[in-house]
Amino acid sequence: MKHIVVKSRDYQEVNQEIRSTKDKNIVLSEVFGQRYLGSSLKDRELTIEGTAGNALGCFLDGGIITVHGNAQDATGDTMNDGKIVIHGSCGDGTGLAMRGGAIYIRDSSGYRSGIHMKAYEDKQPLLIIGERAGSFLGEYQAGGTIIVLGRNQAGKSPVGYFCGTGMHGGTIYLRCDTLPVSLPPQVAVRDADEADMQVLGGLLEEYCSLFAFDKTELLASHFFVLQPNSATPYKMLYTHV
Amino acid sequence: MAINYLYPDFEVQRNESRCITCRVCERQCANLVHHYDAETGRMTSDESLCVNCHRCVSLCPTRALKIVKTDHVFKENANWRGEVIQDIYRQAETGGVLLASMGTPKPYPVYWDKMLINASQVTNPSIDPLREPMETTTFLGKKSTTIRRDEQGKLITDTTPQLKLAIPIMFSAMSYGSISYNAHKSLALAAEQLGTFYNTGEGGLHEDFYRHGKNTIVQVASGRFGVHPGYLNAGAAIEIKMGQGAKPGIGGHLPGSKIGQDISKTRMIPLHSDAISPAPHHDIYSIEDLRQLVYALKEATNYTKPVIVKVAAVHNISAIASGIARSGADIIAIDGFRGGTGAAPARIRDNVGIPIELALASVDERLRAEGIRNQVSLVVGGSIRSSADVIKAIALGADAIYIATSALIALGCHLCRTCHSGKCNWGIATQNPELVKRLNPEIGSEHLVNLLTAWNHEIKEMMGGMGINSIEALKGNRLMLRGIGLCDAELRILGISHAGA
Ligand code: SF4
Ligand code: SF4
Repeated sequence: MKHIVVKSRDYQEVNQEIRSTKDKNIVLSEVFGQRYLGSSLKDRELTIEGTAGNALGCFLDGGIITVHGNAQDATGDTMNDGKIVIHGSCGDGTGLAMRGGAIYIRDSSGYRSGIHMKAYEDKQPLLIIGERAGSFLGEYQAGGTIIVLGRNQAGKSPVGYFCGTGMHGGTIYLRCDTLPVSLPPQVAVRDADEADMQVLGGLLEEYCSLFAFDKTELLASHFFVLQPNSATPYKMLYTHV
Repeated sequence: MAINYLYPDFEVQRNESRCITCRVCERQCANLVHHYDAETGRMTSDESLCVNCHRCVSLCPTRALKIVKTDHVFKENANWRGEVIQDIYRQAETGGVLLASMGTPKPYPVYWDKMLINASQVTNPSIDPLREPMETTTFLGKKSTTIRRDEQGKLITDTTPQLKLAIPIMFSAMSYGSISYNAHKSLALAAEQLGTFYNTGEGGLHEDFYRHGKNTIVQVASGRFGVHPGYLNAGAAIEIKMGQGAKPGIGGHLPGSKIGQDISKTRMIPLHSDAISPAPHHDIYSIEDLRQLVYALKEATNYTKPVIVKVAAVHNISAIASGIARSGADIIAIDGFRGGTGAAPARIRDNVGIPIELALASVDERLRAEGIRNQVSLVVGGSIRSSADVIKAIALGADAIYIATSALIALGCHLCRTCHSGKCNWGIATQNPELVKRLNPEIGSEHLVNLLTAWNHEIKEMMGGMGINSIEALKGNRLMLRGIGLCDAELRILGISHAGA
């Protein structure tokens, strides 16, 4: 195991050190918002104590990142595979254009989470947010799964405005009793049924054990399922000259 | 017929005395214009389907065919022209956005044609490129402004990563999806042979083409299709696509109908689902945000690749370029409003953006004035049609040129401007395997190599004529240009004098 004390060191230097270590496990302590930590990390594990800066784990390619603290914007930008676990909250743009792997957030996430998330064959990305997400959750979503658990929200909608605008693939599950306001026309909503609860049970397994949440209790509540009306929402938009 | 009946734009003229009913035209036309009528034993045609791509004309063995513009017209009207009326009919009927392809056909001024190149006479004699060495090698990337020496007094020559071009011309971004596998292969092979680069566009990199990585620029656009660490590290440089000259300010949209097996695999998205590139990058709302992506890409490639930021030429381009130069980007690519596209809303293509000549001149000027010109290289594109255009662009301040439409024409494109239909009879803008087969990548790449070799020779001739033996000495050398028929405002922006002055 490699231990790096980060403090006020420059991110380029820290990332260079991460890239050049052979150790499979790396611990960064006293992290104060350094950017791009764990960028394109493959088959290694990074543990961060403190606050991870923007673009944590961008282009992540199989590595595992655990943050004991909060992360800032663009966590897991365009990640391809791997896992990011946040024992705290994330800023805006979490999981932007992620294609694979999982991001587990214990608390909340900011605006534009899961935007343009996509899926491809065995790459089925998963973003789980414990409490609430800001506006534009899952905008342009093209694949994968987003779950917002709405813990401590007293059954109120756990997302902001314009959830799923331009959505054309994938699924969003919201644990709440009232629907979010201003859902766009591209989104079809229904109540979760038996089969959905089965799927959710599987997807929440690892998340609940990581954060010691009671899965049965979470699943005992009502979930909404948001899916796109069409995989080709803009087909009728054009005429040719 | 309806009240808004659209009369066909073209007439198919078949010289019956020449036609031998070989039915080549019937087999060649993906638009199904030609038919053999068994009853009469003659060929018939439905000109309403014709897009004037010249495939049948080029292949007819007896030269029996020609396509002419119809002389059927609306009553003459300089304001309400026939095309204006027809567009209204189309939209009234469908409620749709007018979709078009390739660069704008509208008669905007082409400033390349209003600039003349200098030559030496008597003093500062011209140089003969056949006898004397003539340097067209170009390096793209940040240039250091200070000379540094080590303890022994030797020059320190470590630079940030650079792209080395044997000729100052590259192939600009065209995605696999908008153009065919064979078109991409032709570009890749030609770039390799010419010592330059082709650009993946935003559709990812087909697994077969990773082997041409040394000559590939990989693009990252708002849809992030096919982007992963292997892809980012496969190319020689990474281009962030912020905009495109033909459609500034809007995103892209490859319809699900074009997302077949291979495209889906390369873009890493499901079969037959729309590939939507949102208009903005949703993580970039400022120069600081752009800087974040630039450095994210540098981190992901361990600072070994130059990062290009491509933008469309728009009104405030010089201020935008100044911001990009400060974002950490190594190269700025500017695409003028006459640039091509596989599909764009016609109104945007024809009305949004500014000509590349003016954009280039004002960006180069602004970066010089701010003392940051050396921090970035400038690459320009958007309808560069000949070696003369290249010379003029470099004299206005470009480091290198991007071409795409010219390259497609070299591959056989006849500029019928219906790429968005996906039925390109020349095997370029199509994914139909029967049509793609028509473009042979070996022959295609040979044509591209011929074209640029010829241009490079012409560039050397013109440089020699000016008494310049290195492309470096032509760069931003506006004294080598004079305007013809330009007003004061145009001359001021271009930073050149009028011919005779
Ligand atoms: S290709 Fe020419 S000769 Fe052959 S059928 Fe068509 S028009 Fe006649
Ligand atoms: S690429 Fe094909 S469809 Fe597009 S303009 Fe050229 S010939 Fe026509």
